[in-house]
Amino acid sequence: MDFSYSEKEEAFRQEIRDWLAKHTKELPKWWFDRKLKRPDSDSREYHDFGIWWHKKLYDAGFVGLNWPKEYGGRGATLIEQVVFSEEMARAQVPGITNTIGIGWCGPTIMAFGTEEQKKRFLQPILKADEIWCQGFSEPEAGSDLANCQTKGVQDGDYWIVNGQKVWTSGGHYSDWSILLVRTEPEAPKHRGLTFFLLDMHAPGVTVRPLRQMTGAAEFNETFMDNVRIHKSMMVSERGRGFYVAMGTLEFERSGIGAAIGRENTVQDMIEMAKEMGKSKDPLVRQRMAQLYIEGNVVKYTGLRALSRQLHGMTPGPESGVMSAFGMEWNQRAYDFAMQIQGPYARLMRDSKYAIDDGRWQHSFLRSRGNTIETGTSEIKRNVIAQRGLGLPRE
Amino acid sequence: MNFELGEEQVMLKTSAREFLDKECQKKHVRAMMDDEKGYSPELWKKMAGLGWQGLAFPEQYGGVGSSFLDLVVLLEEMGRALVPGPFLATIVHTGRAILLAGSEQQKKEYLTRIANGDLVMTLALTEETGGIEAADINMKAKAADNHFIISGKKLFVPDAHIADSYVVVARTKGGVRKENGITLFLVDAKTKGIKVEMLKTMTGEKLCTVVFDNVSVPSANVLGTVDKGWPVVKQVLEEAIIAECAWMTGGARWVLETTIDYAKSRIQFGHPIGSFQAIQHKLANVAVEVEGCTSLTYYAAWTVTENDPNRTVAASMAKAWVSDSYKHATFEGVQIHGGIGFTWDHDMHLYFKRAKHGEIAFGDGDYHREKVAQLLKM
Repeated sequence: MDFSYSEKEEAFRQEIRDWLAKHTKELPKWWFDRKLKRPDSDSREYHDFGIWWHKKLYDAGFVGLNWPKEYGGRGATLIEQVVFSEEMARAQVPGITNTIGIGWCGPTIMAFGTEEQKKRFLQPILKADEIWCQGFSEPEAGSDLANCQTKGVQDGDYWIVNGQKVWTSGGHYSDWSILLVRTEPEAPKHRGLTFFLLDMHAPGVTVRPLRQMTGAAEFNETFMDNVRIHKSMMVSERGRGFYVAMGTLEFERSGIGAAIGRENTVQDMIEMAKEMGKSKDPLVRQRMAQLYIEGNVVKYTGLRALSRQLHGMTPGPESGVMSAFGMEWNQRAYDFAMQIQGPYARLMRDSKYAIDDGRWQHSFLRSRGNTIETGTSEIKRNVIAQRGLGLPRE
Repeated sequence: MNFELGEEQVMLKTSAREFLDKECQKKHVRAMMDDEKGYSPELWKKMAGLGWQGLAFPEQYGGVGSSFLDLVVLLEEMGRALVPGPFLATIVHTGRAILLAGSEQQKKEYLTRIANGDLVMTLALTEETGGIEAADINMKAKAADNHFIISGKKLFVPDAHIADSYVVVARTKGGVRKENGITLFLVDAKTKGIKVEMLKTMTGEKLCTVVFDNVSVPSANVLGTVDKGWPVVKQVLEEAIIAECAWMTGGARWVLETTIDYAKSRIQFGHPIGSFQAIQHKLANVAVEVEGCTSLTYYAAWTVTENDPNRTVAASMAKAWVSDSYKHATFEGVQIHGGIGFTWDHDMHLYFKRAKHGEIAFGDGDYHREKVAQLLKM
């Protein structure tokens, strides 16, 4: 057991630090000064800002760290990815964009796609030249993903697709989507789905923003009305879609970055508590310390899961910790931030007395969605109990 | 970076599990609760034969020369088996203090005998306040010619009734800064003027009152430097905290595994109760907490082995988390077992009680969260 880093890993850390020392100052002032106004998270301006920074990271070789070199990635080890996340969190700079493309769609294409698909799609994903979204959930298929109803009927070399997807994050900026379609209505529901790549600009695709409780519209409804998808856009085989989608979700769960950023949130919250004159309140101190400790639980348990992967073992039940517990941590943390603010907690952005331009209020509201997106906490606990602990299904 | 146990650590863990499954069954644990001594000298000797007492002491003092991290692996197994006796008191609370602060001669004399299984020791630290801060140490030791005279009362001293000798923490100088003026003494338990009284405890583990009535201790028995003992106590406390966390994590894991097994086999409404989501979610929560115990305890143990500056915060984080988690695991353990879990016959209550005992030892969750808040410069 060894929690220290190798020389090679430390050299990589230095490379990142050197790069950040040079480029961090190019970021806009509002990024660092929490008193200044920042663009809305769902605005075009914010999106373009993300792409601008992403391309800088790409040019430096910091995008697609875990992607193999043959697909334009860095082929970095899991620990190097941890080092990168640590340094990005330490410098408090923005991360990459096109996260769904890089974290989910690209790896799915690499694992299940054709050579042609890999050639066509992987590079633009990395460069964020093409933004991707995910079309799994439907009104009748939330936690029960296999219940997808969007219908696909073969017509020569094409599939004619009709139906509706929902909670399509970033759909309004996306060029492409991964898509689950029912192509075999007679088959048992898990075996009747096929996985496609959908051109979001194709005729018949309509994206309608859904406004969240934050007031922003990060996600959408996506309607497909006789959309024609060429058969070359199928991933894996007919009827294998559910299993491909399960693979996609596995990629998502192996992320470590979020685990490391939590210390920053606690530090920011301590600063705020000091400014509010609350940092000597024993109850505030207890809860702050607890959040810090919990953040470290997620961090070290996540690193243990990663270490198991690194040594060729399947992650144990601890891998579920990061997703469920980490998401709930966000909610506890931002709820606590509201409590520290007392009466000021009610003030939103643009109010004269709003603290830090209302960013805590936004985080508080946004984090409410965290235990629903990427699988509800309840589903994640079922998974821990059934797959991790071996308890029987009902 | 590698968070997995090394090959030798796995071997240590496996052999410890096998040994304790055979030598320290629950009927032994229960027998020791009512036993006058509270431990089996025979088992103590057998453990010494396996090199356990000397595991983390250097070879020149009769030890095996393994790391603190290795010791933690062993302690986890001992905590799982609820091994009764003065192991933590002898090896960690006092043995580590002697290793840290002792003279060459003291180390040779004491550590070698500890490693052989010939010496049982304990740390006489807390007093009636029950606290573990420098300000809680008020028992006086007065300097005289070539010796010190100790007078006062120590409370909650584990295993003092069987200890051959004590490390006594006493105040040799007054003053505003309570960290100054504390001295450690090696005191033979048979010294005239020492009176030990055993206290009845919830777990059956032995805690004692030790009264010192003008006890004379030769100056040669000072451990470390006169008046400068507190930094040693602080470091020993950190190691004791992490050792306690390992012990508790082992117990918490037993509770989790035992309860999972029960939930799989107990049938109600025609189904194993483990198939009900109400039970699954409880167990998923406990599993998450127990995994956190392992993560923070091993990280903290690693900081001791590497003398990493994060040791202090790592120890407090671990103790806060493990204290709450072990307690919660046993609480749910009883709940999921239902009526049988509330009985004297089932072993769950042994862990339920041990969790409370461990929570309180060396500061509970609230105490260590406040420590963390201080370290975060709140």
